[in-house]
Amino acid sequence: MKQLTHMRSALLYLLPSLILFTVFIFYPMFRTLYLSFFLTDAKGNASVAVGLDNYIHLFTSSQFLNSMKATLLFVLYTVPLGIVIALFLALLANEKLKGIGFFRTIFSSTMGVSVAASSVIWLFLFHPSIGMFNHVLQLLHLPQVQWLVDPDWALLSVAITTIWMNTGFSFLIILGGLQNIDQTLYESAQIDGANYWYRLRRITIPMLSPTLFFISTISLINAFQTFGQIDILTKGGPTQATNLIVYSIYREAFVNYQFGTASAQAVILFVIVLFVTILQFKLGEKKVHYQ
Amino acid sequence: MKKTYLHRVSLYLLLTFCALLLFFPIIYAFFISFMTNTEVMSGKLLPQTFDLSNYYKVFERLPLVTFLINSFIVSCTVMLGQLIVSSLAAYAFVFIPFKGRDLLFFIFVSTMMIPWEATMIPNFFIIQKLDWLNTYQGLSLPFFALAFGTFLLRQHFKTIPYELYEASRVVGLSRFAFFWRIVLPMSKTSLVTLGAYGFLTTWNMYLWPLLITTNDSVRTVQIGLKQLQSQELGTDWGVVMAGVVVVIIPTLLLLFIGQKQLQKGLSQGAIK
Repeated sequence: MKQLTHMRSALLYLLPSLILFTVFIFYPMFRTLYLSFFLTDAKGNASVAVGLDNYIHLFTSSQFLNSMKATLLFVLYTVPLGIVIALFLALLANEKLKGIGFFRTIFSSTMGVSVAASSVIWLFLFHPSIGMFNHVLQLLHLPQVQWLVDPDWALLSVAITTIWMNTGFSFLIILGGLQNIDQTLYESAQIDGANYWYRLRRITIPMLSPTLFFISTISLINAFQTFGQIDILTKGGPTQATNLIVYSIYREAFVNYQFGTASAQAVILFVIVLFVTILQFKLGEKKVHYQ
Repeated sequence: MKKTYLHRVSLYLLLTFCALLLFFPIIYAFFISFMTNTEVMSGKLLPQTFDLSNYYKVFERLPLVTFLINSFIVSCTVMLGQLIVSSLAAYAFVFIPFKGRDLLFFIFVSTMMIPWEATMIPNFFIIQKLDWLNTYQGLSLPFFALAFGTFLLRQHFKTIPYELYEASRVVGLSRFAFFWRIVLPMSKTSLVTLGAYGFLTTWNMYLWPLLITTNDSVRTVQIGLKQLQSQELGTDWGVVMAGVVVVIIPTLLLLFIGQKQLQKGLSQGAIK
């Protein structure tokens, strides 16, 4: 009897979340899976069942394979370097110095700059004739680069922008992790005469591993979800060099009205993210050191 | 550990160098927003005068005030919605022992693994069928339930001793009264963290407002920036940057005030 009343009141508190999750996450996920086996009309209703044809079409289309390749390259460019930079800044900002709060605020500032605003700023920095980067290259008597127009440079340019955008958040999380490390560990190492690099390798990094694990998972998932900077900086071009998967889904669905193949791409995105998360957790279990 | 003078100076130099490098794009955008077109074209770093005419122009060319109000309404709505919905759920997970609690919690956490973009097509049609395109509820309601928020608050609620809950029952406090009058006030820091996080992420949201706003009535500032950039491309960078500055000032201020708090709260949720 008591169990039952517990159940009833628990449900009452959980109901808002459960309803919202069902309507806006679980149902749409199943609907996406369902639509991926169909051809659809312009209103997004399933019209002709085609089985696995959408998937077969995708995996034989050079356009989609190219988009997958670009996405993976983009993840590779942004995630490791982004974390290393944020870690470096966090170690620096964790020093006990006067006025360090000011530097912490500056280092976290890119978190307050939206994707759209960052992209517009960097669009200007990359501008072929009046942009900052080409100015600097000119001063150094180096050849000009067509940052966003050259297929060899475009993805890299978007990656640089993205790393900058994400630095603030990663920095903040890693700094928080650093400050949670038990200070007495350092004190005893100090007595033993351990130098900075030894302490970093033997104390800081192992103690920080749960945080690094968390931030690498978040960064990976974020990288797969990239959209805004592509829409403003390159629109997926040039020659689809920056047509990352979410941008590709968006175009397929809301520009070409091919909701079936767009859904199939969305399912593939879901599977990749799921796979990456599970892999991270499997690896994390072994490598991460918990206090 | 006392640092030598040289050590401190080199640390400050390194810190300053990194800060300049990182903050440069923001400062530069700020400077450009005061420049005339000829100044921008000639590649100047600093404006000659701090002339506000680009700011007048940007408010003339875009209904920027409307966009700002829209963003503010949507961000506040999502923030409040997330706080209410997440705290209710977290409370049930911590203070009500019911059957299947672990399973249900697992289901909550599993939603974190579904990238929102993978479900946007059906979500768009749901909003369309509800006739919620170009409405505040269409922009905000889908984001009220947040597994991350529930998770963060659950961590904090767990630090409140269960004996306190039992004692409150003995003195005849109802379950909801305990939640409202004891648990929430005791969790102020986590609630502020989650609130700031919710506000910030909603203010910066791009893809969803792009999909479901087709006119200026409820359009948010981020989409305004996109419009501005495509209208003024190659012509008036000063005006575009004035728009950028107007859009980033609220979130930068929020971040500057709440940076310490946000860092503490977020890393707590991340680790424990």
